[in-house]
Amino acid sequence: MRLLNLFKIAFKAIILNKMRTLLTMLGIIIGVASVIAMLAIGEGSKDSIRSTISSMGSNMITIRPGADMRGGVRQERSVMESLTLNDYKAIKQQADLLTYITPVVNGGGQVINGSNNWPSTIYGVNPDYLNIKMIDLQSGSMFTDAEVQSASKVVLIGQTVVDNVFPDGEDPVGKMIRFNSIPFKVIGVLEEKGENTFGQDQDDVVIAPYTTVQKRILAIDHLNQVIASAISEEDAPDAVTQVSEILRSQHKLTDNQDDDFNVRSMEELISTFSATSEMLTILLVAVAGISLLIGGIGIMNIMYVSVKERTKEIGLRMAVGGKGSDILMQFLIEAILISITGGLLGVILGLGSTVFIEKFLHWPTNVALYSIIISFAVCAVTGIFFGWYPARKAAALDPITALRYE
Amino acid sequence: MSKEIIKIEDLKREFTMGNETVHALKGISFSIKEGEFVTIMGSSGSGKSTLLNILGCLDQPTSGTYEIDGLKVKDLDKNALATIRNEKIGFIFQSYNLLARTSALENVELPLLYNSKVSTEERRERAIKALKKVGLADRMQHTPSQLSGGQQQRVAIARSLVNNPVMILADEATGNLDTRTSYEIMSLFQELNKQGITITFVTHEPDIASFSNRTIILKDGNIIKDNLNAKIQSAATELASLPIEDH
Repeated sequence: MRLLNLFKIAFKAIILNKMRTLLTMLGIIIGVASVIAMLAIGEGSKDSIRSTISSMGSNMITIRPGADMRGGVRQERSVMESLTLNDYKAIKQQADLLTYITPVVNGGGQVINGSNNWPSTIYGVNPDYLNIKMIDLQSGSMFTDAEVQSASKVVLIGQTVVDNVFPDGEDPVGKMIRFNSIPFKVIGVLEEKGENTFGQDQDDVVIAPYTTVQKRILAIDHLNQVIASAISEEDAPDAVTQVSEILRSQHKLTDNQDDDFNVRSMEELISTFSATSEMLTILLVAVAGISLLIGGIGIMNIMYVSVKERTKEIGLRMAVGGKGSDILMQFLIEAILISITGGLLGVILGLGSTVFIEKFLHWPTNVALYSIIISFAVCAVTGIFFGWYPARKAAALDPITALRYE
Repeated sequence: MSKEIIKIEDLKREFTMGNETVHALKGISFSIKEGEFVTIMGSSGSGKSTLLNILGCLDQPTSGTYEIDGLKVKDLDKNALATIRNEKIGFIFQSYNLLARTSALENVELPLLYNSKVSTEERRERAIKALKKVGLADRMQHTPSQLSGGQQQRVAIARSLVNNPVMILADEATGNLDTRTSYEIMSLFQELNKQGITITFVTHEPDIASFSNRTIILKDGNIIKDNLNAKIQSAATELASLPIEDH
């Protein structure tokens, strides 16, 4: 009953000072809204990186030639020729934690169909590739192991290539195209995948048997990389170790020599990118947190002024029977009401701006429930913390001095 | 024999300022009975304000006893004093001390907000009744800035009545008002007094004192005079004899 009355008194004081209250709240509103929006952006981009990477195959393992030294000079990875077909065969035979495995050789070139042409990248692989990369076929079929053996001139092409070299909408399957002046027969079209988070067009590809690409286009006998998929995501780290051991013995490396290759699971890639975006999120939230703190100081400032300004009123309230604790509660409730109302408005504004960001800026967002709870809790604590000091000061006033205060 | 509302015996109040001790009240004794209308007079520095603060339970005496309505005030803590102020005393100030931008009705309700025994409905009811008593039934929703000085003081009087105090304590209640309005207020006080309300009125204006039935005069912390008025003036009569103002 008494508390209810104090609530009414505090509420009345807020209503009487609408403009001032609103301005005070503004700090809190902006603070809470930005914490929520920033966390939503952070979470959103983390999710999007994760989903991009898992759409590339979350249990995928990539084996690439590693940095090597030639006469003391570190070499770029692409010029390394340390990964060979024998390595691929050894891994395929010995590693039991892998389901699919394919060698990869790739090179750039021009895709030509009549008067249309388009620069693209050709990937020489074996039929496992589609399973590892989780690519579906839109039409046609994948080449067979026999076609790999015979180095057949067959290709599958991505949607971007189709759009550019078959602009009239005809079915490319069965047609002949040329890649760097070598004729290929199109036997399939890949399902559209779109851009990934890193802005790479996943549909701008040409896929052919690795034997064909090695012999007829690149004229090399080493491999650019080997990709494989582990039995499951959980097995991926063990598979990485297994592959490393096989390759070390294959390359006859002694214990004090570094790896001349590089084995990575997607999980590592995910955590690398997640760590980056997490750091960014922390930074954004720190900035937002500071504005929340400033909002809190704003409350303290206003409450402090309010106590000074209402000294005489406090004296009167005490004279007619208000206890010190009543005065304390009145001002504390006022501060808490301001911060909680500000917090609520902040949550609404934060959610609103998240929707806006998603709709109009097309940034991925994900509002985490914890961000709402945390920022709201911080708000309430701010109100109590910054409201306490001025309220305490008001309660400690001597009624006689307060009444005579001008 | 009517009840003693206030009983003061050998009351002393000393203030320490630096090395010096100021004796504001040097051992005074008096009592106020139920239904009395007492004015306390004295020039500034006479200890008038100190006595008022102690009577109003805003301050504690250094020594001596003070009883209000049979309750010994000495040694009570701050919260207990606040409760006494809330339930036993009605304050009226020189500068009205109304809450700005707050309706007369809500201003009058204020003391009851701090009394948890009074429900919302009862609070409203009692505030309306008090406002009717001071003749402001038609001004209940007005804020102080919409009221004249005299009306504001009436609101303050209603506020002092709303908790049914044993005594009204007025501090220079007519100090900010012109003669005509002062007399109006004094006639209201006399009327309330006739209804049995005990009033203690601190003032330095002798004509105000002539409306009360007893005057206590303080000087340098001592009571130099405490006598019943032989001839109590009627404020209403005085008011009627004032020249009529042009409006």
